[in-house]
Amino acid sequence: MPTRERRHPHRASKRRVTASGFDLRVSPYLYIAPFFILFFLFGLAPMFYTGWVALHEWHPIGGQGDFVGLANFTAVLGQGMFWKSVFNTLSIFVFTAAPQLIAAIFIAAVLDANLRAGTFWRMAVLLPYVAAPVAVAIIFSNLFGNQFGLVNNLLATVGLPQVQWTGSSIASHIAISTMVSFRWTGYNALILLAGMQAIPRDLYESASIDGANRVRRFFSVTIPMLRPTLIFVIITTTIGNLQIFDEARMFGGAGGNGPVGGADGQWKTITLYLWEVGWRQANLGRSAAIAWLLLLLIVLIGLINFLAVRRIASSENGGKR
Amino acid sequence: MTTTLEPAPGRATSRPGKRRQNSGDARRPGWATYVTLMIVAAVGAFPFYWTIVVGSWTNDVIYSDQLTLTVGPNLIDSVHRVLTADINLVAATLNSLFVSTTTALAVVLFSTLAGFSFAKLRFRGSNALLVAVIATMAVPAQIGVVPLYLVMNHLNLRGTLLAVILPGLVTAFGVFWMTQFLRGALPDELIDAARIDGASLIKTFWHVALPAARPAAAMLFLFTFVGSWTNFFWPYIILDSKSATLPVALQGLQSQYYTDYPLILTGALLSTVPLFVLFVFAGRQLVAGIMAGAVKG
Repeated sequence: MPTRERRHPHRASKRRVTASGFDLRVSPYLYIAPFFILFFLFGLAPMFYTGWVALHEWHPIGGQGDFVGLANFTAVLGQGMFWKSVFNTLSIFVFTAAPQLIAAIFIAAVLDANLRAGTFWRMAVLLPYVAAPVAVAIIFSNLFGNQFGLVNNLLATVGLPQVQWTGSSIASHIAISTMVSFRWTGYNALILLAGMQAIPRDLYESASIDGANRVRRFFSVTIPMLRPTLIFVIITTTIGNLQIFDEARMFGGAGGNGPVGGADGQWKTITLYLWEVGWRQANLGRSAAIAWLLLLLIVLIGLINFLAVRRIASSENGGKR
Repeated sequence: MTTTLEPAPGRATSRPGKRRQNSGDARRPGWATYVTLMIVAAVGAFPFYWTIVVGSWTNDVIYSDQLTLTVGPNLIDSVHRVLTADINLVAATLNSLFVSTTTALAVVLFSTLAGFSFAKLRFRGSNALLVAVIATMAVPAQIGVVPLYLVMNHLNLRGTLLAVILPGLVTAFGVFWMTQFLRGALPDELIDAARIDGASLIKTFWHVALPAARPAAAMLFLFTFVGSWTNFFWPYIILDSKSATLPVALQGLQSQYYTDYPLILTGALLSTVPLFVLFVFAGRQLVAGIMAGAVKG
């Protein structure tokens, strides 16, 4: 496959000798240039420019207005709705992250066996990943319908009271968390499965010889050895779950010009609020301020997560030794 | 974070049994394992089945207590109604196809090019620049939407597919992914041989690096394609009903007909069908890609 050049080894080889020094020095930069130029233009520059916009009045059509200093930030921080959106985001994050992680670890542990048709089962677990969050949200909005939804019908069948899923804050968070978890649990399970398969098998054998049963082996070998993979999954899940938009925008079905994130903002996430302020209320300056606050929150939670996971996992590890 | 990308992606798809023959764990698991997996698979598949159920009944049945878990007679009718609704789902599908294909091809090309450079060429600042790439992976894309919107507005690109394609042409993840892969999969001797034969670097890239990168490039293509196909936030901001991609069109469908469940659920189903087809043919690759990209000690 690489031999096409070899057919003419001497063709213009003299010219290449002089050209090759230049080629070797400049080409490496040329090859990485498209990435850095495009990333700068559409990734990095906009991010920093967000800071500039946040310091101004800014209208989607009218454009740049007066310099207002930190007024956008103080205005946002003074809004009850902003804090509500922070609460909603964190609440949805908690409802999503913990059950999803536990389910993913469980599924990974089940898959971590000498299965017949192993690839089939792995694919089966991954299926929900290919559906767009918007499509998933439409389907689950129906399942979580207040009146004729399947979930409420099932609750009624077993004699439990029906839940007004779009009515209360917590109920709507559970519905949205279910949508997010539905799509990502299998994906994360496969990542964790790869981590589990990288654990040296003799560790399990020596644990067995020491008399550890299957459950014991799972908690004293698998979980501690899985630490780097767990940290990776938790960090990426955190970054994703703090930016939930699609499911929250679609839930309840009152799209169009109806209220954003519930009549009372029960499930208005920070990103949803960012969009509403910027494009519904045509206040891009304030929207940019929300974007920076969101970034701050993501970094903060990510850091807390990282430290917590590191401590938990390492103390378990230490305890074992 | 230390991440290792397996140079041979075949590893992830290879049967676990092969690796464990020498360990005590080689025996097949019992029926309980398969029952558990069947339940997990059923939970994952049920919402899609439910979509067919709802799509196959009329509204009268949906808004009553008589709905069952069986498929009704009206699915074809619902599909017909979606296709003739105010939302042009066919045009949206073509838009999504165009955006996703272009984006995925560009990401693969630029990532492989940069990955080749980082993995196999020596140049000043290479390490620092690679660290910069990795650092940018953690930056949430949503942070820059306001300026991105201003720029696209300024360039008169609002409501055009180009406004969605441009920010998606490169990803830091792609560069990192290809760098990791080419480090292991492309022997230096191959490059040296090509260069001794007088090939320029770009020819070496084209005839040596690109073929060697094919397995990882295929996975990167798939992930970028799925990501682009399901992307909503930015397209929702910058596109309008005439230029909508599928998720944007679905949102329009929902907000216009939100009490008509058979209609909007059938729309959700139709929008997912192309990816189901992709999944049947390339699901194995997706699984291998996710597992190869996983973090190990």
